[in-house]
Amino acid sequence: MSLVMDFEVRQDVLLIRLAGELDHHTAEELREKVTDTLEKEHIHHIVFNLENLMFMDSSGLGVILGRYKQIKNLGGEMIVCSVSPAVKRLFDMSGLFKIIRLEEDEQFALQTLGVA
Amino acid sequence: MRNEMHLQFSALSQNESFARVTVAAFVAQLDPTMDELTEIKTVVSEAVTNAIIHGYNNDPNGMVYISVVIEEGAVRITIRDEGAGIADIEEARQPLFTTKPELERSGMGFTIMENFMDEISIHSEVNKGTTVHLTKYIMKSKALCN
Repeated sequence: MSLVMDFEVRQDVLLIRLAGELDHHTAEELREKVTDTLEKEHIHHIVFNLENLMFMDSSGLGVILGRYKQIKNLGGEMIVCSVSPAVKRLFDMSGLFKIIRLEEDEQFALQTLGVA
Repeated sequence: MRNEMHLQFSALSQNESFARVTVAAFVAQLDPTMDELTEIKTVVSEAVTNAIIHGYNNDPNGMVYISVVIEEGAVRITIRDEGAGIADIEEARQPLFTTKPELERSGMGFTIMENFMDEISIHSEVNKGTTVHLTKYIMKSKALCN
């Protein structure tokens, strides 16, 4: 199983739904696709919906932290939503939730950015 | 009953998924919980990724070796490379420490291995390679439930 990436642009928000497995191998694909989209579209914020992410390791933390830095440089915000308990443990261990906002679900995350 | 398996494969990132799924399938005979299986898959992914990125610097000619021994509810996993080695193991174990920040490494690999397994030991020699031993006791959680 690999990673399925569904990208949707809503005004200045890039909504990324991930399904499958996010590891070192698939993290590279995600990084390239986000970087491409940020170059082409006028994006200010990123929302990651991890509801259907079945597996993630520290390479996933690395690629999400990398996108956080990218969007922060643009003056925007990153939200991660619908996180499974297993994935949440990794975020908690790394302290990433101190800088990245966690929300319950996609609808609420988009609402807080005014594009629901 | 003792049961063991050995695996070796090229240091290619597409084999990370192969390695963790194969180890999980072997360990499944101990009837672990879903959480235990997820933890085992995660630590295998961490150690194999380290071997590929740090041990072999992404050179696919390198080989990664995995052994798994199951005995009386204990899973003993050994993941070995014959690559660059680690000069300072204590430093490498620190949370968020990485030698490759430009590759967006989070520096959490060893921290995750320590958190998800019951025992971990790391042996490394510069220019010879690194071996990580990881042990997890699967029966422990069941004994607590009974």
